[in-house]
Amino acid sequence: MTAQLVADLEVADRVRAAFTAEPGEVLAVIGPNGAGKSSLLHAIAGLVDVRGSARLGGTELLATPVRERRVGLVFQGQLLFPHLTALDNVAFGRRSRGEDRRRAEAVARDWLERFGIAELADRKPRELSGGQAQRVAIARALATDPDVLLLDEPFTGLDVSVQMALRIELGRHLRDFPGIALLVTHDAIDALTLADRVLVLDGGRVAQVGPPAEVAAEPRTPHVARLVGLNLVPDGDDLISFTPDAVTVSLAEPEGSSRLRWRGPIATLAPHGDAVRLLVHASPDLLADVTPAAATELELVPGQEVWLSAKATAVSRYGAREAGR
Amino acid sequence: MRDRLGRPPALLMVPAALAALLLLVPLVAMVASTSWADLPGHLTSEVALDALRLSLVTSTVAIVFCLLLGLPLAWLLARVDFRGRGALRALVTVPLVLPPVVAGIALRSAFGRTGLLGEPLLDWTGFAFPFTTYGVVLAHVFVSMPFVVIAIEGALRSADPRYDDAAATLGATRWTTFRRVTVPLALPGVVAGTVLGWARSLGEFGATITFNGNYPGTTQTMPTLIYVTRQADQDAALSLSLVMLVVSIGVLIALRDHWLGTP
Repeated sequence: MTAQLVADLEVADRVRAAFTAEPGEVLAVIGPNGAGKSSLLHAIAGLVDVRGSARLGGTELLATPVRERRVGLVFQGQLLFPHLTALDNVAFGRRSRGEDRRRAEAVARDWLERFGIAELADRKPRELSGGQAQRVAIARALATDPDVLLLDEPFTGLDVSVQMALRIELGRHLRDFPGIALLVTHDAIDALTLADRVLVLDGGRVAQVGPPAEVAAEPRTPHVARLVGLNLVPDGDDLISFTPDAVTVSLAEPEGSSRLRWRGPIATLAPHGDAVRLLVHASPDLLADVTPAAATELELVPGQEVWLSAKATAVSRYGAREAGR
Repeated sequence: MRDRLGRPPALLMVPAALAALLLLVPLVAMVASTSWADLPGHLTSEVALDALRLSLVTSTVAIVFCLLLGLPLAWLLARVDFRGRGALRALVTVPLVLPPVVAGIALRSAFGRTGLLGEPLLDWTGFAFPFTTYGVVLAHVFVSMPFVVIAIEGALRSADPRYDDAAATLGATRWTTFRRVTVPLALPGVVAGTVLGWARSLGEFGATITFNGNYPGTTQTMPTLIYVTRQADQDAALSLSLVMLVVSIGVLIALRDHWLGTP
């Protein structure tokens, strides 16, 4: 059974969000720490007190006991049962739902195979690497054939190379997954590569919903702007975003009448690709890329006051309020 | 005795040494004054063997009951949110601090032949707990249960409750979760609580003798035998005490991984 999810949820003091998700869709949930991302997932799974409604097809999830929700949650930190083998962990859901041991284990073995870790079936979680454990955790959630798959920061704490491999692998499984997937992440790459749509949470509210490319091009929160490496400046009812390499750095006040100029001390400077990236404590904080030669010539060091400016033609301007979803 | 923070002050070291000696000297003295030649005779006397057998049997049966009833109670206290949970936990602790002889009197009031529950029980079934081996087990259960419940509740609390959440999202009932997740994860603590409760049963004296008297073969356990033997035969009492010391040390060894060595 696959059905649309229509949710309007409020977890007291954490998050208030209304959204929909279609079967087969991957909805990424991004936002800074404390934005309420995990609370949102836990509310749908039924692990925190929540008000509102979450209808999945004809079923009101919030009125359904946790164990009957057909919602698979991949916890942050996996929470694999430490006393059970990888196979028993993956078979746990089906056995709990009354399937006999042989059948449940056959399905579990099949899932381990799909994740390429069939040979680890008899290992305990402490004998697995971070990436292997995360695969087992995702397999454990998928083995129960959930209607909704909830992934809570599935790549956190893994080595970068492991993250890359697992991201590609997860993408494949998510494409095959007929249900709804909600992916909480703080990494722009996850949202851009895995999601069909992105839901941006900020301070417990939905700040933006849209396709990844749109959210990345016209971010509405400083957090997302930072994630995708853009500068974001409010300007009346508009927002202005521009790339760090569109910023000109100078020691003297730039000439001309452009309003797009700011002043502040350099907070940090670090190599970024072929350039040197400055973080400047203007209002707001801005990123600027300069060539190493320019950085040397201007004798840029942390603490130094600099002027930043951007050409009006190099910035993108859009309404601060969202037109619609 | 080197310490980065400076020499430990005598004001603390002297009392600490006295405390250690106070605890150790009596045990050493007991072992030293045991008459080793008479030991085999003392231990193989019929009355000693009866008491030892009775002690082992009643303590073991008692701990089974403590587990069957105490594990669910510990789970309730650790995992279910309900009004009066704090009060219930406090009540469970009362027998822990109650003088055992008072526990015996309390058991009399409840299960004695004229007790609150004892009288109707006697009327309906003709059975009464006092002065029977069943009574010994009952006294053991009463005295040991708090140890078992408190120790296991602690173990259940320190096991991450999010594993229970994970089990629930996978479709497990609370019973399945209890059986397959909660208890296995807390197993070291459950075992420790069980052994501790068993040792407490084995040493039980006050409540047992108050509730059941001291009848060889039916209610005379090792502690009560030691108490009555001491009045007549000091050496035999020493030999019997040595057995208890050996058992106690055995319990400590069994528990060392869970209780000792971990700060």
